[in-house]
Amino acid sequence: MARAICWSVWSSMSFSFVIAQILNGLASASSLFIVASGLTIVFGVTRIVNFAHGSLYMLGAYFAVTLMTPLLDVSRSFPMFVLGLICAALLTGVLGIALEVLLLRRVYKSPELLQLLITFGLVLVIQDLVIRIWGPLEILGPRAPGLRGAVSIAGVQVPSYDLFLIAMGPLVFGLIWLVLARTRFGILVRAATQDREMVAALGVNQSILFTGALFLGAALAGLGGALQIPRAAASPQMDIAVLTDAFVVTVIGGMGSVPGAALAALIIGQLNAFGIVVFPKSTLVLVFLLMAAVLIVRPYGLLGRAEPLSLRVVTPEGFTAIAPTSAPTWRWCGVLIAALTILPWAVDAYAQKIAIEILIFALAAFALAFLIGNGGLVSFGHAAYFGIGAYAAGLAVKKLGFGMETALLLAPLAGAGAAALFGVFIVRLSGIYLAMLTLAVAQIVYAVAVQWVELTGGDNGIVGVWPARWASSRITYYYLTLVLCSAGIFLLHRVLHAPFGYALRGARDSAVRADAIGLDVVKLRWLAFTLAGAATGLAGGLYAFSKGSIDPTLLAIPQSVDFLAMLLMGGIQHIAGALVGSTALHTLKVIALPLTDMWRMLLGVMIIAIVLLTPQGLVGGGLRLFRRSTRGGASA
Amino acid sequence: MPTRRTLLAHASAALILASSGTAFAQQPPVKVGELNSYGSMAAFAVPYRNGLNLALDEINAKGGVLGGRKLEFIIRDNGATPGDAVGVAEELVTREGVSMLVGTFLSNIGLAVSDFANQKKTLFLASEPLTDAITMGAGNPYTYRVRPGTFMQTRMLVDAVKAKGVKKWAIIAPNYEYGQSAAASFKRLIKEATPDAEIVVEQYPAIGKFAADAGATIAALDAAKPDGIFNVLFGADLAPFVREGNTRGLFKDRTVVSLLTGEPEYMLPLKDETPENWIITGYPWEQIADPAHKAFVDAYRAKFNDTPRLGSMLGYLVVYMVRDLINKAGAPETDKLIAALGDMKFETIAGPVTMRGLDRQSSLGGWVGLSTQKNGQGAMKDWKFIDGATVMFTEADVKAAQKK
Repeated sequence: MARAICWSVWSSMSFSFVIAQILNGLASASSLFIVASGLTIVFGVTRIVNFAHGSLYMLGAYFAVTLMTPLLDVSRSFPMFVLGLICAALLTGVLGIALEVLLLRRVYKSPELLQLLITFGLVLVIQDLVIRIWGPLEILGPRAPGLRGAVSIAGVQVPSYDLFLIAMGPLVFGLIWLVLARTRFGILVRAATQDREMVAALGVNQSILFTGALFLGAALAGLGGALQIPRAAASPQMDIAVLTDAFVVTVIGGMGSVPGAALAALIIGQLNAFGIVVFPKSTLVLVFLLMAAVLIVRPYGLLGRAEPLSLRVVTPEGFTAIAPTSAPTWRWCGVLIAALTILPWAVDAYAQKIAIEILIFALAAFALAFLIGNGGLVSFGHAAYFGIGAYAAGLAVKKLGFGMETALLLAPLAGAGAAALFGVFIVRLSGIYLAMLTLAVAQIVYAVAVQWVELTGGDNGIVGVWPARWASSRITYYYLTLVLCSAGIFLLHRVLHAPFGYALRGARDSAVRADAIGLDVVKLRWLAFTLAGAATGLAGGLYAFSKGSIDPTLLAIPQSVDFLAMLLMGGIQHIAGALVGSTALHTLKVIALPLTDMWRMLLGVMIIAIVLLTPQGLVGGGLRLFRRSTRGGASA
Repeated sequence: MPTRRTLLAHASAALILASSGTAFAQQPPVKVGELNSYGSMAAFAVPYRNGLNLALDEINAKGGVLGGRKLEFIIRDNGATPGDAVGVAEELVTREGVSMLVGTFLSNIGLAVSDFANQKKTLFLASEPLTDAITMGAGNPYTYRVRPGTFMQTRMLVDAVKAKGVKKWAIIAPNYEYGQSAAASFKRLIKEATPDAEIVVEQYPAIGKFAADAGATIAALDAAKPDGIFNVLFGADLAPFVREGNTRGLFKDRTVVSLLTGEPEYMLPLKDETPENWIITGYPWEQIADPAHKAFVDAYRAKFNDTPRLGSMLGYLVVYMVRDLINKAGAPETDKLIAALGDMKFETIAGPVTMRGLDRQSSLGGWVGLSTQKNGQGAMKDWKFIDGATVMFTEADVKAAQKK
């Protein structure tokens, strides 16, 4: 059946239609390449995956729509249009400089997790700022003078502006090549991309090099955005839309490789142009499937290369000094559990609900801390397993007619199953590539949840997932959540102290040495990933029954960022960080949400501030204060 | 805690009261909880909130509800995710003690809140979400919807275009529930209206991402050589569709039918590129002659120094519906409110509206007409107001959906 449809679609494609799609694919490939080249250059030099790249692209588009009107009023000519493009690109480039000097410069030595989070914090801030400055309505910019019409090629009307775009891709590629190959700056950029430490050792002024790379990268993002205004309206949502595309191109091409970005953009351009004809409803899944496939076959992308084995010993961000739990600590745990047992009798129904949510997030965040802190596996798609657990529970109740008890059993199984499956591919990678693959997998799951409407209800989700009768009272459900979540946390905690936990930390700190003493690093990580998936799935299932409804936002990027922000807030170096962080962040959200329309900006500012001021989080900062005060007391 | 805006609104209401000298009796205010995506959907939600505050000020200046009690709306941002929205709704009901819930724009949030209302046995008046599920498959006795849903709006358009007898149709819709159910309704209705109609091509670009592959999508539509195009794209996807489609000659000699395009929220950005003679649903606010509506427009423009959007009208209208409902019920209690609301008739600035008890859908209508340009701005012409009662699901359809 499906083959018959494909065949009928393919056979119906006329020659002129194929030409048209190839040209369309080339035009979008050009646009993609220009944005992605900036991202890949910045990554090559600074090793930072700049989430704010999409925001710079959006700012480029807004600068262009703002500048273009007065410029074209002076003279309605093509050179004026080009001048507008250049101005928008340069302005965005200057913002890139500011970004490097004010923020990124402070986090080059920080762990990847903090780097990713600080740029994501910036995304949230810029989104709200753009709405404040330019308003929430999209703005349609002027068309390019002289390129308003269309040219007939093989009987197809091709807009002249598309031809201009098709020419711009190779032109920008050529310019980047000239800069990289023929200037001293370019030589240094290439050298830094290959071996950053060697460049530093040779006495190259790194700060100028990095600032320059950010300028170039941001200007390319700005140019990419500005080039879109004759085709698309500038809107506050365009940052995330382009960001995922640019990521996919960069990762498929090989991070840091400009020719790789060009190749990947060409492939994706054509894949989309013909893909929409054959699978008009599955466009989101298609590119991410390609990305996952490429990463499985060539983990460092088509033209990327593996990180050179560094002799530098970097301790990955994670739990430090895990000692067997002491008797006083256990006593405090007992007090905490006792307090949590009394809690629902001391507060109103709404506070009980918040407490339930905090318990659930604590379990999910603890599982993530288990992965990142103990395993060194920076998962940027943790929400996927949370959402899968929630969907498993919801579908079990609504489609299969099971009770809540069975559903809550299926939720961790589904989380574990998904993590075991994806984990096979994910745990072979490490560092930033691993983070990117977890992100890609999460996006695939998200796309399936949105586009497989028959099963998942699409973006409307599934409603009416309420607890069984015996657990329908708020207090009973609170105790159910308390028992299951503390059991989950306790089990994970037990694993941390078991030989398995120690082996995992060994593999985190030095995969090479762990391997040398006979530990199966890949298997260890895979087991850890599966275990974390199970715990997160359980949390997702509990969440579904506490809210009564499930929808794809549960497994979208913002939810993953929320989990990471919880770890960040509590501190990743201490086991208790995830628990403190989830409590603090969710409480803050509950308090702030009714007060402001700008929760996103607040969250963004908070993330940036924590990364810059107290990267050890509340627990780390608190412990430091505590130690300082006791030391001060002793000396006095 | 109230937002800055509600504080301002209340302060101004208090001022008006103080100056008119009719202080409220010592009775507690009637509280209504309102939640919407004010932060992330500001283009739609903020004009809605403006309309709402305008109506509140008017009502409270004239003595409030239930013979002298103040009508108070507690307005909250719902965080734009269903999970957060349900939390906010819970807070409104349990902490603020609101008598009923109002609001939501996104369909998934509307559905989640409606399910919450069902669980908590609290009345929820869904003002804006379009999904048909909220009154049909996922409907419940506590959720009533004001705005005409996807099916109703699609049916208005099919009714307007069926006389043309166009047979070969292309469909382009954003790839999510709203787009897909509009497309499904269109397929069903156009085949009922024109039995030999066929859909020759369908394209479902991801929402917000049409521009990325605009050329390829339009080429795919064009290659199937349709005679008519049914468009569901809106927001950031609409402008590139119009512009690229014009450049590539997609709309030449074709009938274009387009959902929501005439709503100021979506039409304003199009300016001098607004296409001519598309058959659209919308809101020609500047041409509506009804005196009550004119008074609303004048008051709105004076107060906010901005032109009203469809959301402004809805917000205004919904508050008046809430007032009439509470007055009819005699007390702000859920069972009394629900008993009063079934088949209740309202006089609104958009004409008489009945809340059909069967599927809990209001008969609020919509404006259907042709798109055009006036002084470089988009506008509607040759429009007429369609009474919602004429385009609702049939009773048989509703009963079939409720049986599921």
